Amino acid sequence: MRKSTYKFVAGLFAIALLAAGCSSSSDSASEETATEESAAPAAADPELEIFTWWAAGGEAAGLAGLEAEFTANNPDTKYINAAISGGAGVNAKAVLQSRLDANDPPDSFQAHAGMELDGYVKGGQLEDLTFLYKEQGWDTIFPADLIKTLTVDGKIYSVPVNIHRANVLWWNPATAEKAGITAAPATLDEFFAALDKFKKIGIPGLALAGKGDWAIAHLLDWMILATLGPDKFEGLYNGSTSWTGPEMEEAIKNFQKALSYGNKGAGNLDWPDAGKLVTSGKAGFFIMGDWASAQWQADGLKLGTDYTWAPAPGTVGVYQWLSDSFTLPVGAKHRNAGIAWLTVSGSKAGQDAFNPKKGSIPARTDADTALYDDYLKAAMEQWKTDRLVGSTVHGVTGNNALMAAYNAAVGKYFSGGAKDNKGLAADLAAAYEAGKA
Amino acid sequence: MALQTSKRFSTWIGGFLLVVPSIAAVTVFVYGMIVWTIKISMTDRISASVKEPKFVGFQNYTNLLSDTRFTHAFENLVKFTFVFIVGTTIAGFIMALLLEKGIKGEGFFRSFYLYPLAISFIAMGTVWNWLLNSNVDADAGGLNLLLQKVGLGFLQNSWYLSENGAAYALALPAIWQMAGYVLALFLAGFRGIPDDLREAARVDGASEAKIYRYVLFPQLTPTLFTVLIILGHVSMKVFDLIIGINGKSYVTQVVAVYMWESTFDQRNYAKGTAIAVVLLLLIALIIIPYLRWVIKQENENR
Repeated sequence: MRKSTYKFVAGLFAIALLAAGCSSSSDSASEETATEESAAPAAADPELEIFTWWAAGGEAAGLAGLEAEFTANNPDTKYINAAISGGAGVNAKAVLQSRLDANDPPDSFQAHAGMELDGYVKGGQLEDLTFLYKEQGWDTIFPADLIKTLTVDGKIYSVPVNIHRANVLWWNPATAEKAGITAAPATLDEFFAALDKFKKIGIPGLALAGKGDWAIAHLLDWMILATLGPDKFEGLYNGSTSWTGPEMEEAIKNFQKALSYGNKGAGNLDWPDAGKLVTSGKAGFFIMGDWASAQWQADGLKLGTDYTWAPAPGTVGVYQWLSDSFTLPVGAKHRNAGIAWLTVSGSKAGQDAFNPKKGSIPARTDADTALYDDYLKAAMEQWKTDRLVGSTVHGVTGNNALMAAYNAAVGKYFSGGAKDNKGLAADLAAAYEAGKA
Repeated sequence: MALQTSKRFSTWIGGFLLVVPSIAAVTVFVYGMIVWTIKISMTDRISASVKEPKFVGFQNYTNLLSDTRFTHAFENLVKFTFVFIVGTTIAGFIMALLLEKGIKGEGFFRSFYLYPLAISFIAMGTVWNWLLNSNVDADAGGLNLLLQKVGLGFLQNSWYLSENGAAYALALPAIWQMAGYVLALFLAGFRGIPDDLREAARVDGASEAKIYRYVLFPQLTPTLFTVLIILGHVSMKVFDLIIGINGKSYVTQVVAVYMWESTFDQRNYAKGTAIAVVLLLLIALIIIPYLRWVIKQENENR
């Protein structure tokens, strides 16, 4: 009797635990923001739901700037912020996907301009915005190269609010002086020579952040661009350059060499941690997008004294860009408000409200430069004159499937001790194929 | 006679009506979804651009076999499961053995060891991410620093960042959390053994060691079985702990994490659902024999 009671209790335990396990594994986020609004084509929608991954720091401040601009123009519409935190949209994208699949789209969502939109476009989940470009005259105000990248089969599906630069070299002037580095390295040879100088004063030459794999992939993306040059780099994504050819072999060899100058324990670090190594003098160089500058300024550091920058070595005169953009999902509940939001996002006032806080430059070429810091002013100049090349890791040249496989390939290589060059090339080639599916 | 039948019928129908909502809900939201998942896993819905998926049979499953990322995640899961189950069982059993005699402050120790269970995997993952810092010697932090301080510096290692040891290192926090639970199960097992058995053995002149070896331990077999099943399926489904410690990084990916990535990052629904079904089968492989065994035991004891 006692025994069977005990067994019953044990069985209950097991079942209870099973239930707990099941519930915890199935809470895939599909938060409903049910609004009882039908698709009434009234002039002013009562609500506007904006979906982003800008939940903190300069990003959230930039979004708030846009919101203020929107509310001033559309006082009758209530703004709903549906931001989901997580760098590069790691958490947000899954939630967005499930909402789109359930036909419950937000009124506008953030996505990197370029191939990252590919899946949404092919899935018929985005509205063509060409009419808005014509109406607002954006087709002449945004740079032609940008418009070209945004256009898919003659249609444009998103409105870029900003431009970030991916290929930037950052360092601490005091550390560089100590190491005897007088000028920013412009070529890869000068870069490796400078890394040796840092090594001589006993610090790692390059700050690396391995957590989540993408920051290492970011480094590889730059190294491939620096080794191959912009034409061959773009060729990788239109099939004219081989992923496993001798140029890529050379690029991966350079990448391997650069990694050998990295800090210990990089795998534990996220990019802000690695950035801190540089600003605090514990590591030499840092290759990271220009959002690093916004982060450091938020931390109270000063551009020019606490940290400084140059175009990443081997890519001087090339602007490797990425862009955050807003879209109009098919079936948005407040389509008019969504269009009003896009109008603000693309406007001069909107972009100038957003970008100084986000630490990026406007996609428009007619912005008010007085609002921007010295780095951004210089970036705006180079944006107009440099050769523009898209970033892979941030969704310009690669779609979501490609990026996921690309990051994993780099993570595998890096965690395996950066030895298997042939394996990496093969995995990258497979990633490119995965993107075409 | 007729009255009795209708009365029995009405109680039967009353009871049935009470459970109908839950049966309906489980049928739709559990079994219905499982069928739906299996259906998607047999189509070619490999990207967002596939609008009208076609039936492809077991293609997605056979593809998994040659997908090195899947085999990597699977290998990680097997390693993790092995170390986790063995480690947790042994740790929990030893603790139960120490508490079994009814020592002073048993209540305190029991809750003391059980509390880690109250922490969510995701919060714990964040903390263990710091504890399992991979830096050694002068730069060390977390566990590596602790090892140095107690003179075990030679044990320092890179924990979850080493390609071969990653899955084992991840088992550490999981063991830390679940050991207290296993302790409670084993303790309940010990308590379920009637005292007269020990008395009888003592009267027969058995030593304490022999009492444990020949009288108590055999009685714990059902408990051990329960423990292994519970740990086994927890381990198969591990996801949030991994995400908490190292995000979606390649080196620590297990099957559930790869499933997430395939589904939501790559938008490869066919692959994602195929992985989900494989995971379900693996867990069923553990749970179903166990449930049959429990039912059989209960029927025998009736």
